[in-house]
Amino acid sequence: MTARRLPDGGSWIDRSRPLTFRFDGEEYEGFEGDTLASALLANDVTGGFRSPILGRPRGIMTAGPEEPNAFVEVSQPWFDPIVAATMVELVDGLVAEPRAGVGRLPSTRVPSRRAEHRHISVETLVVGGGLSGRTAASAAASRGDRVVLVDERHRMNDAPDDVIGLPRTTALGIYDDGYVIALESTPELERLWHVRADHVVLATGATERPIAFAGNDRPGVMLSTAAAVYRRHFGVKVDEAPALITTNDVGLVARAMVMDGGPEEGPVINFQIDPISDELPTDGSLLVSGGFNPNLTLWRAIGGTVEYHRRFACFVPGKGPPWLKVAGMANGEHIPDCAPVWYVDGERTTAFVDLQRDQTVADIADALDAGLTSVEHVKRATYIGTAIDQGRTSGVLTAAIVNQMLGTGPDAQGPTSARPPAVPVPYTTIAGPDRGDLLDPIRRTRIHPWHEEHSAVFEDVGQWKRPRYFPRTGEDMDAAVARECLAVRSAAGVLDASTLGKIEVIGPDAAAFLDRMYTNRMSTLAVGSIRYGFMLGLDGMVADDGVAMRLADDRFFVTTTTGNAAMVLDRFEEWLQTEWPELHVYCTSVTEQWADVAIAGPKARDVLGALGTDLDLSPGAFPFMTFRDGAVAGIAARVARVSFTGELSYEILVDGRRALELWEALLRAGNAIGITPYGTEAMHALRAEKGFVIVGQDTDGTVTPDDLGMGWIVRKDDSDFIGRRSLRRADTSRSDRKQLVGLLSDHLLPEGAQLVEEDTGRTPMATIGHVTSSYRSPSLDRPIALAMVARGRQRHGQTILAPLPGSTIAADVVSPVFYDPEGARHDG
Amino acid sequence: MLLIRCPWCGPRDEIEFRYGGQAHIAYPADPDALSDADWADFLFMRDNPRGPFRERWYHVHGCRRWFNAVRDTSTHRFVATYRIDEEPV
Ligand SMILES: [Zn+2]
Repeated sequence: MTARRLPDGGSWIDRSRPLTFRFDGEEYEGFEGDTLASALLANDVTGGFRSPILGRPRGIMTAGPEEPNAFVEVSQPWFDPIVAATMVELVDGLVAEPRAGVGRLPSTRVPSRRAEHRHISVETLVVGGGLSGRTAASAAASRGDRVVLVDERHRMNDAPDDVIGLPRTTALGIYDDGYVIALESTPELERLWHVRADHVVLATGATERPIAFAGNDRPGVMLSTAAAVYRRHFGVKVDEAPALITTNDVGLVARAMVMDGGPEEGPVINFQIDPISDELPTDGSLLVSGGFNPNLTLWRAIGGTVEYHRRFACFVPGKGPPWLKVAGMANGEHIPDCAPVWYVDGERTTAFVDLQRDQTVADIADALDAGLTSVEHVKRATYIGTAIDQGRTSGVLTAAIVNQMLGTGPDAQGPTSARPPAVPVPYTTIAGPDRGDLLDPIRRTRIHPWHEEHSAVFEDVGQWKRPRYFPRTGEDMDAAVARECLAVRSAAGVLDASTLGKIEVIGPDAAAFLDRMYTNRMSTLAVGSIRYGFMLGLDGMVADDGVAMRLADDRFFVTTTTGNAAMVLDRFEEWLQTEWPELHVYCTSVTEQWADVAIAGPKARDVLGALGTDLDLSPGAFPFMTFRDGAVAGIAARVARVSFTGELSYEILVDGRRALELWEALLRAGNAIGITPYGTEAMHALRAEKGFVIVGQDTDGTVTPDDLGMGWIVRKDDSDFIGRRSLRRADTSRSDRKQLVGLLSDHLLPEGAQLVEEDTGRTPMATIGHVTSSYRSPSLDRPIALAMVARGRQRHGQTILAPLPGSTIAADVVSPVFYDPEGARHDG
Repeated sequence: MLLIRCPWCGPRDEIEFRYGGQAHIAYPADPDALSDADWADFLFMRDNPRGPFRERWYHVHGCRRWFNAVRDTSTHRFVATYRIDEEPV
């Protein structure tokens, strides 16, 4: 057998443009318009591939996406870990290696093609650029539809007028309401198309199927129409006089085309005439045609049914969604009559059904012997149909062999369905441009440039960048955090708190609404005052916390935790729109409008005074949990006396555009007393010293206010709020619930560590709780932790254990308030 | 991906919406009057029919409006979408 390029012919190649490529270390020549497979055949490279499991020699068997053997890794000029050689468009300098069914990801960065996504909405999408697809596209365009026509081949006849034609584009999956995702794969780029179409026409053609016979996987065996495609479109003759085994006339026509109508030499086995044959050629070129399967992967993926067609020995479309039509061969048109021959009995262990999974007729027989009767079960026992080609050549064959071996009719069971994507898609393509800096938006506060200039180490809080600490030269994190904490406890620190979620709740029913959303009563709050509150889920569990400031009778300013800002606004909207449309309330996110700078520490009042303000800062005039509007450093500000550190503290809210100016003014004014910028790590340690919880760190959606020792935050009158009824459930009033406690230990406890009463040395051990927060407390100069522990409040004074790999840490259970338990410091 | 007709914005991709579960389950007028079992029923139990199902959707990446829909769970076909203040069709 000798394959060769004929001196002329080949409708898809351009002989004036020779190309050089490398395959398996050797250099070859081809033409523009070749696929890697056609160029290999032109160079008489008919083998060189191996089967993935048994390592059997294999050759190119098809000319399309159904190829089960000829898989390659492309390393130049782009990288693709595994792709069928029949689907690789030849370019100059292409480098490829054979791959036995499994790709390998390189450990170093490799060239990838530009990846992008495009969305398009049209009246009609046609999948398949053959005659029936082009006819359907043309008809749709002539009635005024916008039409997209996609075809997976790299060469497609020109699209009809007014039709957007996309060659090299494979429909990967089809979804409800005419949504199709298609991959356009060119040497330069990979583009994922998201097409929404009123009507979809599947003109996906039919794929020739092989026949299972002993040795049917050897190099030289090729589907008959593939050989015809190589002859007609690439000017490549796979053999001068190939043998043929066929069940239909198309096989005969294809062989005649390959032989240019030459004399009918070589053995031909035609099952239409001779139902049994044992004279199968064991070497040389052998064309196979087992019949034609309409390509119904997309049809079946969206729920289309199929019916067995006896004369064609294949499955044709039945019923499907109203917006989806099938045309041409995919619809069972122009399929040749076919003798229903699926396998030729003989040596079953080399009669391959799924070449990519190295599965044979013997493997199917084994599965049936084991008692399996469903094609779905046979698939899972043998893995037939689960390789990269997803059973394009093996699916119908397997079902037919199962039906035949079980003695049921050929229509008893159809093939299993394939799943999207129809061809492998690199994750880089799915990611498209959303990589690196574009992966996720980054939110920065107005003061961010100052933080960067002052060597802040940032942490991600949702999409926000927050300074975690501000190390000085030579300081590690522990040293920087200790210095920042002690500055707050002894003088003053400043924190950029701008990321806090902020919502204005406005309207005549705003107070009544907030009463329903929070456990506290917000309607009794005086204008100018602040209340800290919990928001619960309907199940009674803590969902978020924050403060509400009453700006006016009908106007509140509500803060949320940084990460829950969107969730809280959504929750407000949900209840207002769906349950209480009669309430006149508007909610507006103002997170970005207001910057928030907290100044905390015993000298905070002095610094604010030195900075210059028209506000009376005396504790009598401006008490804890109130706010005042005024000017600070000449900037219009809303100043709130709240404290997340336990120290005298002011949060200064200003127009974001003046935040940096305020920040720098504060630092200048506090310079003399050693004012210190602090980050989230110090903030967390300072609040933990005070036993203040962080929702989402110390809580996990299973924690009630009472579990946190904060039953006082839940109002006891008869008025309803979200979650109230659930707090009366038997489970939420159980006495053995986990409760918030403090832990004192000699060594730092890891957050998440499980806690036990007794270390048995063997797992599993009965756990009684877990550590939720853990820090080296600079103020106490020792490790502290917060934990949720069963019956925790009754355990104060007990010692419990944290068994860890290699050691066990003992911890004394104490009150969660480690510092200033009298709360004497927040007035300064 | 479903094509969902927001009563305010018209047909939009499913990706712009958030699912909101069964519709027309009103928050009880007096939760205190409910037994634990009835409260748990309100809280946790939802219908799961094969066929037309009334459900809530939220056009979260659009007009940010909640609305109701009737969707056939066996075909994913939307029979109707309607505003919160409209009577179910
Ligand atoms: Zn909308």
